Amino acid sequence: MIRTITALLFAATLILSFGVGTPARASDSIEVIFETHAEIIIKGSRRTITPAIEAFRDSGLPEAQIVLETWRAKDLWVRKADNRFFRATTEDRKTYDLLDIVTGEALGRAAKKELRQIKPNSGVRGLISAALVRFQLSDPDPEVRRSSLAAIQRDPAPSHLAALEASIDKEDDPGLKAEKRRLAGLLTIQFAEAPETRVAAIRAVSSDLGIDVRAALNPILATRIGVYTAAPEGNVAARLTIGSDIGADEAYALLVAQGAAAPIPDEEKKAALAEHIDGGMVGGVPVASLTDPAARDRAYARLAAAGRVPPSPTAEERDAAIAAHRFYAVYEEPNPAVTDAASEALESIGTMVRSYEVLDLSLDALSLASIYFLAAIGLAITFGVMRVINMAHGEFIMMGAYTGFVVQQLIPSYTISILVALPLAFAITFAAGVTLERLVIRWLYDRPLETLLATFGVSIALQQIAKNIFGTQARPLTSPEWLDGAWDINPIVSISWIRVAIFVLSVVFLLFLLFVLNRTRLGLEVRAVTQNPRMAASMGINPDYIRMMTFGLGSGIAGIAGVAIGLFAKVTSGLGQDYIVQSFMTVVVGGVGNLWGVLAGAGLIGILQKGIEALNPSNTLAAQTYMIIFIIIFIQFRPKGMFALKGRAAGD
Amino acid sequence: MTTDTLLEVSGVSVSFDGFKAINDLSFSIGEAEMRAVIGPNGAGKTTFMDIITGKTRPDSGDILWGEPTRSLLKLSESQIAQLGIGRKFQRPTVFEDQSVADNIMMSLKAHRQPWSVLFHKFTQDDGQRIREIAEEVLLVDHLERSAGDLSHGQKQWLEIGMLLAQDPRLLLVDEPAAGMTLEERNHTTDLLREAAKTRAVIVVEHDMDFVRKLDCRVTVLHEGSVLAEGTIDHVTSDQTVIDVYLGR
Amino acid sequence: MTRRRVPFVVRNPSVLVFLGLLAAFTLGVTVLSEATGIGLISTSMVKTLGKTLCFCLIAVAMDLVWGYCGILSLGHFAFFGLGGYMIGMWLMYARTEMIVVEALAAQPIPPTDAEIEAAIGNQIFGVVGGSEIPAIWMFADSLVIQLALVVLVPGLLALVFGWLAFRSRVTGVYLSILTQAMTLALALYLFQNDSGLRGNNGLSGLQNIPGFEQTPQSTISIAFLWASAAALGLGYLLIAWITSGKFGNVIRGIRDDEARVRFLGYNVEAYKLVVFTLTAVLAAIAGALYYPQAGIINPAEIAPIASIYLAVWVAIGGRGRLYGAVIGAAVVSLASSWFTGGQAPDIPLGFYTISWVDWWQVLLGLGFVLVTLFAPKGLGGLVDRLVRR
Ligand SMILES: Nc1ncnc2c1ncn2[C@@H]1O[C@H](COP(=O)(O)OP(=O)(O)OP(=O)(O)O)[C@@H](O)[C@H]1O
Ligand SMILES: [Mg+2]
Repeated sequence: MIRTITALLFAATLILSFGVGTPARASDSIEVIFETHAEIIIKGSRRTITPAIEAFRDSGLPEAQIVLETWRAKDLWVRKADNRFFRATTEDRKTYDLLDIVTGEALGRAAKKELRQIKPNSGVRGLISAALVRFQLSDPDPEVRRSSLAAIQRDPAPSHLAALEASIDKEDDPGLKAEKRRLAGLLTIQFAEAPETRVAAIRAVSSDLGIDVRAALNPILATRIGVYTAAPEGNVAARLTIGSDIGADEAYALLVAQGAAAPIPDEEKKAALAEHIDGGMVGGVPVASLTDPAARDRAYARLAAAGRVPPSPTAEERDAAIAAHRFYAVYEEPNPAVTDAASEALESIGTMVRSYEVLDLSLDALSLASIYFLAAIGLAITFGVMRVINMAHGEFIMMGAYTGFVVQQLIPSYTISILVALPLAFAITFAAGVTLERLVIRWLYDRPLETLLATFGVSIALQQIAKNIFGTQARPLTSPEWLDGAWDINPIVSISWIRVAIFVLSVVFLLFLLFVLNRTRLGLEVRAVTQNPRMAASMGINPDYIRMMTFGLGSGIAGIAGVAIGLFAKVTSGLGQDYIVQSFMTVVVGGVGNLWGVLAGAGLIGILQKGIEALNPSNTLAAQTYMIIFIIIFIQFRPKGMFALKGRAAGD
Repeated sequence: MTTDTLLEVSGVSVSFDGFKAINDLSFSIGEAEMRAVIGPNGAGKTTFMDIITGKTRPDSGDILWGEPTRSLLKLSESQIAQLGIGRKFQRPTVFEDQSVADNIMMSLKAHRQPWSVLFHKFTQDDGQRIREIAEEVLLVDHLERSAGDLSHGQKQWLEIGMLLAQDPRLLLVDEPAAGMTLEERNHTTDLLREAAKTRAVIVVEHDMDFVRKLDCRVTVLHEGSVLAEGTIDHVTSDQTVIDVYLGR
Repeated sequence: MTRRRVPFVVRNPSVLVFLGLLAAFTLGVTVLSEATGIGLISTSMVKTLGKTLCFCLIAVAMDLVWGYCGILSLGHFAFFGLGGYMIGMWLMYARTEMIVVEALAAQPIPPTDAEIEAAIGNQIFGVVGGSEIPAIWMFADSLVIQLALVVLVPGLLALVFGWLAFRSRVTGVYLSILTQAMTLALALYLFQNDSGLRGNNGLSGLQNIPGFEQTPQSTISIAFLWASAAALGLGYLLIAWITSGKFGNVIRGIRDDEARVRFLGYNVEAYKLVVFTLTAVLAAIAGALYYPQAGIINPAEIAPIASIYLAVWVAIGGRGRLYGAVIGAAVVSLASSWFTGGQAPDIPLGFYTISWVDWWQVLLGLGFVLVTLFAPKGLGGLVDRLVRR
């Protein structure tokens, strides 16, 4: 009782001191405000400072901004003798010139010990900054206005609403004006008094995808669980069924909070039993038989009956207690019109969000597909033409990435270094590919499985050499500035510029290869060798030369893929290994000897991987596992891939 | 001339990417009959054998086998072979890494399931059979040699020997005389005619003299269907056949 | 023709020679080990040798499936690892149970079954933030069932995978890649924390054999050496027997020209499936013997690279000859652990010091290329030439 009275008194004082007083003080001068609040300003505690700051903020005086800024800048001094506030400057740190805070007019001097500097702590400074927002919203500098909007957004408060609305009309920048309107709407949703206003504001944002909109709407739908024996009160969201909506334990915990008998946890029961062991027996039950939970319950019940331990409700008692009550989710927000509008708006936003998420996912899949395409296309060309799997293909990718890294060490400009690295990586891996073909692969054309092994040997040697040269730690490949960041199409759909660039790169390569294979002499000969090497040889095509060139071409593209991949992945000696299996899959799924096959394979794998990841976002490992299993099953139906080569030559 | 029909191919068509390699082909052969199939290159002779042995699946039509008749369409290559259809390929295909004896031994008629093969006991009888067959194909002195070391003609014979070892009811022989001397051809002719006494034999061959010596009915294939059928003299005097052979 | 009727080992003297050498090796190591007190060979060396025998066993299996049947499987280490996991589950569970029961026995109130289980769950799965014992550990307390699972789980996986792959007539490089994909999928799956097998922590403490706490590791290592040698001997004998009979002819035929074998009436897919599954089981047994000697197993062991190394061993040793596989596995794996273990002396060149730890892989890779190019029959081929002289 006494507590209630004190609380009431306190509230009354509060209202008297500033709640009611505030409007009257609109005409107060700065001096008066200082006078009224001198004590708390000097004390400078975050917990009590609010009235002083609000007094300045709501004073309507233009000078208030200067005062608050001075205060925040720790430039405010008070003369101990009369509690007057000044700004102060000094030359010798002993005597200070006192200045008027607003006008800067000199008001005399004082010794250091006569003064006290007001040093607001960071909490107080934060409050002052929040108060300053009001002034900044109408600041002549648009940058200041923008940052103050951002500040409100970060930390919205009811007090901002009026200030924000007041500043809208005076805003002359159309962009800022729209932003202010939007923010005012959000603040209205959260803080306005009249339900109709809020509902209208909610309706107005029901197609806005901004995260802040959802952040404003969601708290309106926050619920608590209410326990009732009769009809529920308040704005009910739903009735909860025990078992599905709410666990029995949780439900009972609510009842315990309302005064039902608390169950004793098993651990405590066990401890209680241990305490009451008496000559090998507990409550008449032999200790040895306590391996049985039922025996434990019996022993505990006996002890409880004897009053030696607090009773614990039995399972039946708990169930009965739960059954006697109804559990409801009740909105914290009392007004059903508001909650209805909010859930409606959230739903319509949700639908839009989901469809944009699908779009976003498709973009992700597309970009992943283009990476796989780049990584696999070289492999597919060599596999298609020569029927050999180059296990060192991944290491060619790695070589490309390291080429990019080395070039960046030599050329400081990121843009130029990338432009140099791309052709250089192509040249280096082209040379490496031709060397590999000349030295190793050409001896093994009639033993395709052995090429797989020999190139694997090359692969482990190259990996170790890279490790010996560049060390084991990841080397960064920095993208030029114009590739930084992402293309934000809307708050949900965004794609990083690097990925856009890789997509463009792979399209360029697709077109380039389509041109080479379909429109040039080399392409014709390559296709001839692909489809029937013996026949091609007998028609005067030199298969040796063609194979060498194709292998070089495939390897060169791997190098370029390496530079591209290095831009977003860490460059390590194991980089190639991360892509090689996926590249194999791409080739296998797509089918060999056909660009469109690689494209389809990369697309399918990209879509699959992203799709499965989206269904199970927490677990990319599982996603990859399922994807591979899918591919194994896919091969069942299309053993030669989606775009199989036909004809007799391909049959064996 | 023949008694019961062993194999009946009716209305079979097959196309590769729109190209009709076999076009509504019908054909039948009896229990103990020899048949020569001739035709220009690309007529579809090998494809015809591919279809019977299950290597190529026809787009339409049916293939019926034996008594009581059953369709071969749903069976796998190995099941068809187990029914008693043996095949010699156009290009001699023997297991070059293994000895002649092993090549024949693998072909001997016996259970083909992994389990029984695993516990297969090599008997005196098996040895006897291998020897007999090797004698027939004149390879008895080469039994322990690796099949890869044999000459082209010997490989052809070995393949015929493997065919005989299977003891099939129908032999499909694709160009058995290619690359053989006259003497070797004559022996091949004898082998085939001997086999045809107890089983059905289909021989694909280009060499008219060889076909004449086989002394059997001849089926002429052209562009995937039967152009003519009859004795060798009958078909060689047929104007359309002459056009087909000489017209290009 | 009578040649074929004499007993199998007489026809294949190399098998007898191998078994003799294996027995001599095992006895020799035993005598020189710490277990007998001589201690010329340290316990950790004995373990290394025992593990090498397990590698030899999986290499022999690989030789059957690849060297004889022509299926370049890049997935047999997955079966090896699975075998290790199956036995590891029992080792870890039984030992944890023992420790937990001991700890709980000290409490005044005897533990309930649920409490014991919860404590075991906490002990084993605490590292992956769990405490429930997953369903796949259902039989982990039974050695007999886990031993059966060593054979059944990899065998079943091989059977299902093989059935799918062979049925659709995937062959050659395609098949290799598919097996590699299977291995990768399995490894990735096991890397997950909720795989039920402790994610990338794997299973550990496997060198402690429940029930033999008092037995010193020197003795246990000898026991495993013997078990590994016995398994290798039996596996070798089995595969030598299989390959020397008609079955061997058929699978070599499949390797060289599978279509021809099909037209002889053999169901090629069934043969491949038998070989694939059988070798998977042998690999699993090798794994089940290997990991108690290694002490720890984790998903990295299953990564595709391990299976490729297996192919490297067999290729260097020489395919299609079983002793070749054994030589390859023993030489390469021992040399690898010697060179990468830091025991090999560095070679100072003045301007640069060749450290084997850094350059061994390069040497191995290039050596492998050379063997593939110039000695397709591998080291075993050299042995052949020597013997023939
Ligand atoms: N798998 C295939 N894919 C595409 N075309 C094929 C295939 N098999 C056969 N053909 C075509 O079918 C036609 C018939 O071929 P087939 O080999 O049966 O002829 P053939 O009568 O045996 O000729 P030859 O006397 O030269 O052996 C040919 O034009 C061939 O190119
Ligand atoms: Mg032909």
